[in-house]
Parts: sequence; structure tokens; C-alpha cells
Amino acid sequence: MSKSITIDGNTVPFEEGQTIMEAATAAGVYIPHLCHHLEFAPHGSCKLCNVKVNGRVCSACTFPAMEGQEVLNNTQELTDDRQKITQMLFVEGNHFCPSCEKTGNCQLQAVAYHLNMLDDHYPLFFPTRKVDASHAEVMIDHNRCIFCTLCVRASQQKDGKDVFAISGRGLKKHLIVNAQSGLLKDTDIEATDQAAHICPTGAILIKHTAYQVPIGERIYDHKQIDQVSLEKEHDQHGK
Amino acid sequence: MYQHLETAKNTENLKRIVVDPVSRVEGHGKVTLLLDADNKVQQARLHIVEFRGFERFIQGRPYWELPVLVQRLCGICPVSHHLAAAKAIDQLVGIDPENLPVSADKLRRLLHFGQVFQSHALHFFHLSSPDLLFGFESDISKRSIVAVLGAYPDLGVQGVKMRKYGQEVIRMVSGKRIHGTCAIPGGVNKSLTKAERDYLLEDIDQMIEWSAASVALIKKVHCSNLPYYDDFATIRSNYLGLTKPDGALELYHGGIRAKNANGGTIIDHVDYCKYNDYIHEEVRSWTYMKFPYLLSLGRENGWYRVGPLARVNNCDYINTPLAEAARVEFKAHSNEAMVHSTLAFHWARLIETLHCAESIKTLLNDPDIMGHDLVAQGEKRYEGVGVIEAPRGTLFHHYQVDENDIVTKANLIVSTTSNNMAMNESVRQVAAEYLSGQELTEPLLNNLEVAIRAYDPCLSCATHAMGKMPLQLELIDEEGNLIDKLVKHSSGQIERPSHG
Repeated sequence: MSKSITIDGNTVPFEEGQTIMEAATAAGVYIPHLCHHLEFAPHGSCKLCNVKVNGRVCSACTFPAMEGQEVLNNTQELTDDRQKITQMLFVEGNHFCPSCEKTGNCQLQAVAYHLNMLDDHYPLFFPTRKVDASHAEVMIDHNRCIFCTLCVRASQQKDGKDVFAISGRGLKKHLIVNAQSGLLKDTDIEATDQAAHICPTGAILIKHTAYQVPIGERIYDHKQIDQVSLEKEHDQHGK
Repeated sequence: MYQHLETAKNTENLKRIVVDPVSRVEGHGKVTLLLDADNKVQQARLHIVEFRGFERFIQGRPYWELPVLVQRLCGICPVSHHLAAAKAIDQLVGIDPENLPVSADKLRRLLHFGQVFQSHALHFFHLSSPDLLFGFESDISKRSIVAVLGAYPDLGVQGVKMRKYGQEVIRMVSGKRIHGTCAIPGGVNKSLTKAERDYLLEDIDQMIEWSAASVALIKKVHCSNLPYYDDFATIRSNYLGLTKPDGALELYHGGIRAKNANGGTIIDHVDYCKYNDYIHEEVRSWTYMKFPYLLSLGRENGWYRVGPLARVNNCDYINTPLAEAARVEFKAHSNEAMVHSTLAFHWARLIETLHCAESIKTLLNDPDIMGHDLVAQGEKRYEGVGVIEAPRGTLFHHYQVDENDIVTKANLIVSTTSNNMAMNESVRQVAAEYLSGQELTEPLLNNLEVAIRAYDPCLSCATHAMGKMPLQLELIDEEGNLIDKLVKHSSGQIERPSHG
């Protein structure tokens, strides 16, 4: 007999070793997330996937599914918390969707829409951050980095390289690259690396490809992120 | 000329009248008048009181963002900024206009005609028709599109539908009515499907018919109010704009032509990439808007007008039959001389509207707009200049980039900037000829706004006010005491508050 948990009162089966996020995804239940990716070890940093497990707030991407868990996911309280977290992500960086080339394909923007985020609420930090366009094919716009570490994990775990890392603490936290000069052009990153394509925002981009996909054909033009995420991750999960 | 009224010789003991903001124009500006004890105008200025800073904050961004980023300058004519920037960044990827794929060139032109069509319709019907139909000093309650819809419902609905049609052209080509994406370096990101083309073809004949009717209307309004319409706010000036190589009216790509007030050629077929050899800009302390001028004529005499009046004055002909016939009638009105009447901007604007409608139909019937060869690629360059005829006039975008594709320098000369001196001159003409010596009332002051409105200025190139913005007039005596005050509330209500 398979083991199960409940999410918002519905029974969800799980296999030993699965996280709550993995069990939910396999069952077609969307839990908002940005730093989680099925192909990589969980990181638990964005906190968007906060759920309540037997009354206690946990990150669904890191918390193991266990028999007897009663998980709350789609509640107003959690949606409000997730909206506040998303607002904080927006004000901490410089996310100007109207001109960003990732608009329509951006997970941060899509999750904000999904959570019905209508304004920034918090005062904008307007931090001074740089653009590293030194590499011929890949660029980093530090203004849009949310420190999810997906590029760090992809470079290490998939590309067999070690191009990215997070340095500093708190407000001084920032993405660094593995080069004495501190410039992307002096790393061994290539445009075909998974790390160059995995950014959920517009922080790591392939140069000279902006706006080539017309409005109406972008990922989130006709589908919300919950649908896109479940279709994509469900496929990956089934592989 | 009225340049002597730019700065009063002695501002002490003069009364100050402020029209702030100027309404039914795009953006925020104010007019100040200084009057002596006999209410004679001693100084009149149009101030642009907002600051945008786009030229600075696009520095440090990758160049391919430019068409999408700078179009946010404006909510009315974003396509013009989008395409001017696109023409500049074409050069950054080594593509000159003649090397742009045919389909990309025609799709951009279609987008631009849609843009000019909707912008001109907006200006004439929504912003200016209340003045022209009800009179410049009409009751303030009549000065809106709502009143036009009440008194002339068919005409009002036509205006709304014409604007909508232009926006639909924009939506089909760029994905959104406002702030879409279309142009990418060296081309465009999509062509039209047959269904999209057929959808636009459905109403184009109606648009041509309504455009022709609006030309007839403005001609009737203009000619039945002579000589007032020929004199009001009228100034003699130079004119500048793009033309095709054969001298035809051109809105998307051509050489720069400038003519003087007598119609003599100052420059012609100038490569716009060399604009800096011919045009400089002067800064004055009392306004955020610069004053461009033709270098060869100097600061005093080199200022010029751009926009519909300049384009129709400058061109030798228009390559669509109905608009050309309208242009011939227009020029016959002035016996083939240059038309200097500021209110003739409206007439010229509607001739262009008709030209856009005819041109949209021609392009919609051209299979190239459904083609698939959409992008060309060349050798990287480090500098690009894009110039286009925006609805309000010649628009210059000039960028430099570094070896990493990052913008290092930007210069924009926005259409309204070129009309800065002309608008100030028209304000002074109206102040001197129509207001000076009179007791000022709100309807009288609307004359100043009518003069500015004729240019269809985009003061911020971003927003537009619909005449609902609050207005405050203060009359201050020689000792600086407030002796009279009129307040217009956002509801349109006028109040004369007690000032005890």
C-alpha cells in the first residue's frame, strides 16, 4: 500500500525519499517556486514554496514527504506571504519588466502575476548593480539576480564546470564568476551550457536573441505559470 | 517675429499670469505672461517643466533593448521611438536601410502608417476638434471629445473608430496596441498572417472615406474663418523634414530637406547620419526643452518647424492619389507659396492621415507583408543614427556602443523639441496680438493653448492630459499682491475664490 500525505485536504501519494514538492508535482498540484528545479538538488532559498505542514511553515522543496503530513498550500495566508516575498524580490533588485527582454518568458514576472501582485508595496532599493556583457555570447545583468543559485547548481551539476557562485551576506550578497578578472569573458562558460539558460529571471541571457519571439508566442502569453510549470515538470518527472 | 517678448527688459512691477498646465497636449508645460499696468504683454514663454533623462539612463544597457526601452518615452507615439531606435541599431549590426529585408521594411512601414494614422486621429478628434468646432473661447464645458460626441455624434464616433483602427494595425504588427515588440536588429520578429491581413482589410476602405471627409471638414472650417485662421498664431519660419529621393512626402526613411520661409532650399537630400553637421541644440535656463537650429543660419535665424505642416510644405508631391489631390488644394490656398498659418497644421495633419490610410491599403494588398525573410545580419559597427518622421515631426535617435554591445552615448532630438522656438513664437504672437491690453479671462487664455495645441506637442513624449487637469490663474499687482484668481478644478468647474 502506497504512502500518502494530504495537500489542502486531498490525498497525495508519495514515494520514499520524495520531498513534498516532488510529491505535489507528480500529483499535479502546483506549489509556487523559483529556486526549485527537479533536475537539481533543492536549495530552499526563495521561500516561495512555503507550505504549512501540520501547522508548521516549511519549504516544500526541501522538506521530505512523510506519512501523516497534513499540508496546507493554497490558502489565503500562504498566498499573502508568497506575494510579500515576491514583492521583496522585486524591490531588492532592479526589475523593470516593460523593457526587460525576458518579459513574457520570466518566471519571476509570471509568479507575480499568479500571486496577483499588483504593486511593489515596499520601497524600492534601486541598488547600483552592473551589467557584465564582456562575454561574446552570454551576459549577466546583476540587476535582475534573485540569488536562486540555479546557475551555480547547473554549472556544477550538469555542465561539469564551476562558473558561478554566490558571495557576500545580506544586502551585500551577489553573484560572482570564476575568473580572476571577475568577468564572464574569462570563464569557461559557453552559450550551450545549461547554466546559461536556466535563469528564472532576466539575469543571465544569451546575447543577440532579445525580442525574437513575438508577443503572443511567449511562454506565459496564454498560460499561467502553474500550468506551464506542471506541464514541464510533470514531463521531466515522468522521464 | 516676436522674439523681443521672450525676455522683458525689466521684470520689476510686472504682473505674472500662469497657465499651468497647458491642457489637451501630451505632457506637462506651462505658459507664463508678464503684463504691465495696462495689461500689455511684456514677456511670454512656454516652459517645459518636466525632466525625463532617458538619454542618461539608457547608457549601460545592451543596444538591443533600445527599441523596446525608449518607446516608453511615449504612450501616444511609442512606435516612432521604437522604429527610430530600430533604424539606429540596424546600423550597429551592419544593416543599412537598403539592406533590410523587403518584408521587414514593409512591415515596419505598415506599423508606422498605423501609428501616424491613430496619433493624428487622436489629436484632431479628441484634442483639437472641440476648439475648432465650438470656437476658441467657447464655454469650457464644451471643450472635450464628450461635447463633440454630443453635438456631432457621427463625427465623434468616426474619430474614436479611426484611432482604434490605427491601433489595431499596430497590434497586428507588434502584438500590442501600445508598447509592443516588432523591430529587432536587422529586421522584425514576425510577419502578418493572412487572417491578420484580412482582418485589417475589412475596414480600410471606410477609413479612407472618413479620412477624406475629415480633410474636407478641416478645409471648410479653415476657409470659412478666413482671415482669422490664416493669421492666428501665424509665424514665418523655416521647415525641416524627410523626403523621398524624388521629393515625395516620406514618413519612414529619406533624406533631410529644409526650406526657408520663402520656399528656398536650405539643405536637401542630406544623409541623416550626418545630422550633427547641420543641426545643433541650444539650452536656455528657463525650460528643460532645448532649442535646435540649423547651423548654417545660426541661433537667431536657424530655428525651424517640423511636423505635418513642414512635411506638406516641403514635399514636391504625395504618392497616394487622394492625399495628393488634397495637397494640391492645400497649396492652391496659398498660391503655391509656403503655408505659414499655424492652424494649417490641422489641415496638413489630416492630409497626412488620408495618406496613411491609402498607404495602409496598398501595403495590406502587398504579399511581402506575409513574407518570411525577416532579418538580415551584417558586420558590427559602433555608432548608429536613426531618423524617422514621427506624427509630430522629425525624430532623431543617435547611439554609440562599446565592444561589449553596451550603450555608451545617446542623443535624442524629439520632434516637439524642434518646434520649441516656433511654439514660443506662436504663444508670443497670440499674447501680443490677441491678449495684450485686455482683461484676461479663462476663455481668452484658451487662445494660448489653441496655439500650442496646433503643433500637437508631446511635452513629455509620455503622457497626455485630456483637459481635466486643474488650472490656476493668478493676477498679481505691482506690489506683488494677489488681486484676482481663477481656479479650474479637475471636474472642469471654474471658481473665483475669495482672496481676503
